[in-house]
Parts: sequence; structure tokens; C-alpha cells
Amino acid sequence: MKTQNQKAWFFVLPVLVLVAFNALIPMMTVVNYSVQETFGNNQFFWQGLDWFEQLMRSDRFHAALGRQFLFTGIILAIEIPLGIVIALSMPRSGFWVPVCLVTMALPMLIPWNVVGAMWNIFTLPDIGLLGYFLNHVLGVHYNMTQDPVAAWVTVIVMDVWHWTSLVVLLCYAGLVSIPDAYYQAAKIDGASNWSVFRYIQLPKMKQVLTIAILLRFMDSFNIYTEPFVLTGGGPGNSTTLLSIDLVKIALGQFDLGPAAAMSLIYFAITLLVSWLFYTLMTKDDTK
Amino acid sequence: MLGWMAWTWPTALVFVGIFAAMGILTLIEIRRPGGAERTGILGLVTTRGDRLFMTLLGTVYIFLAWLGIFGEPLWTPLGLSLAWGVFCFWKV
Repeated sequence: MKTQNQKAWFFVLPVLVLVAFNALIPMMTVVNYSVQETFGNNQFFWQGLDWFEQLMRSDRFHAALGRQFLFTGIILAIEIPLGIVIALSMPRSGFWVPVCLVTMALPMLIPWNVVGAMWNIFTLPDIGLLGYFLNHVLGVHYNMTQDPVAAWVTVIVMDVWHWTSLVVLLCYAGLVSIPDAYYQAAKIDGASNWSVFRYIQLPKMKQVLTIAILLRFMDSFNIYTEPFVLTGGGPGNSTTLLSIDLVKIALGQFDLGPAAAMSLIYFAITLLVSWLFYTLMTKDDTK
Repeated sequence: MLGWMAWTWPTALVFVGIFAAMGILTLIEIRRPGGAERTGILGLVTTRGDRLFMTLLGTVYIFLAWLGIFGEPLWTPLGLSLAWGVFCFWKV
């Protein structure tokens, strides 16, 4: 005997079709490419798992992967604490709330390639505002087109400028949802600011923080446009992150097979880290 | 029509396998709803679908690691993956 109404499946169907065409079918094609070699003209030659084997042993791939993890690690270590601190210091009511919120949202409204171009001009040593100031006023030698450290610092600062707002807005949403009763109870108990943060605000922000970290991880791990426009992966290969290297292989060298294999490994890493993180963060909730 | 997708028999079989596994899980779910949720020895609450996901993802890493360290032939990682799958469905 059927006790449930199954009509909901028809409402889900359009999304399923959409996902099939924009994700599943392209993904299957990438899997097919990853075991073959092509020289164009839609002709393919069986290659087996050779591309995967070569990639797993390639120094170039290991280096790009290392740089990618370093980049993601650094920006998470900066953006998450910074986002929490800014969210905590924002006003909860009054005139300044919309001002703060709009100001915070502004960097996120700017298209990614425009952010890259903006920072590129901003940091030019002779005409850029920051570059000129550092070189000619403070006397610091700073040229991100020649110095790998300067290039890294610039890419990281740019990402922090662009995306900390996301963490701030999510944390702020978590903070304003805490009822006043919690703060009043804490005040009566004579709790310190730290205790309020540790036992009231942080646990209440846990879920939005999980989402914020997941989003920032996935976005920064897959980042392409901003560093590509800013440094082009240079100087040398110093800021060639995984996606920049992938595009070089796929479109620069037209090695579709190795590029497909690389993107599958890339996908597997993103999937594993996101799954591990989400599972560990929500482990206690489902018990 | 599917020429542009560059299908090969081995990759087609992989997808048939994955979709068949999902189909079987759906049938089991219809027969016995609830996903057989339990807390396994890793301390995680998993359903049948989670266990399939862990099996497949683990298999990817076992094969990649083997290819990187030892290369072909791949009979050993196949055995390891099957063992991992059994472990996932049995204990996790």
C-alpha cells in the first residue's frame, strides 16, 4: 500500500536534467578523455591509466599542488579569524549596520578578473598607488613581477581583500541570531568577554563557520582568474596554482588527456577535503 | 550523437557500475527505508549511500597512490579496494 505522495519527483526533475547537462555529462566526457590521447579532429587513441601514472610521479604536478595547498592554507588562516573579529566588532543595531554591511559586501560585487586587473595596476612599482608608495615613499623594494615573495604576498592580500567579507557576513548573520537572553545570563554570571565568545558566540556560529570555511576552501582551492590576471602564474612558476597549470596543459599545450586526468585528481582532492571537513564538523550534531 | 564524448568500453563500464550500484541502493531503500543508519567503528553516522560514497572515494585514492608509488599492474590495488569496500559496508 502506498502511503506517500510521489509527485515531488516531478518537481525535482528539471534540476536533475540541468545538473546532468551542466555537470554530469561534461564530467563523464572528462573521464573518457583522461584515458585517451587526441591530436584533434575528434580522433582518440587508447592510453589506459598512463596519464594518471605520469601525473602522480610528476614534479611539476607536485609543485603546483604544494603551492595550491600553501595558498589555501594561508588564506584560510587569515580570512577565518579576521572575519570573525570584524563580525564581532560590527554594530548589531542602529544607523551604522547598513553602512557596515554594504561596505563589507562591496569587494564581492567586483568581477574576479576586474579584481585581478585592479590589483595589478594598484601594485605597479612606478605608477600604482601601493607600488609607488612602498618603493618611493617608504623605500621598500617591492616588485611583484620580479620577486616571488612579493608576488605571493600580493596574491594573498588580494584574496583576503576580496573574500574576507564573505566570512564576515556569514559570521555576522550567526551572531545577530543569538537571543539577548544568552548575553543577559552571561552578564548575571559575571562571564568575561572571552567566556562569552568561547561558550556562546562561537558555538552559535559553528554552523555558519562550517559553511564559510567550506566555501572559502573550495573557492580558494579552485581559484584561477584573480592570480592569473594579477601575476600570470609568475615570476617563473612561483604563483602557478593548480588551476593555472591545468589551463596551461589543456589550452596552452592542448594535451587534453593529461589535463583531463589532472582535473579528475584535482576534483578528487576537493571532494575528499570537503567531505572530511564537513563530516568532522557535523559529527557531533547527528549523534 | 555521442561521438564528441569519446566513449570507451572501460569508462562506460565504470559508469554502468556506479549507476547500477546507485540503482541497487535505491531498490533496497524502497524495500527497507531509513538507509540502515548506524554509528560505525570510525564514530561516524553512515547510511548505505555514505558507505558507497566512501568505498568509491577510497578506491580512487588507493588506485592513485598505487599508480604513483608502484605503477602497473593494478591487481593489488583492486584487491585492496574490494577489501576497503567490504570493510565500509561491514564496519563503518
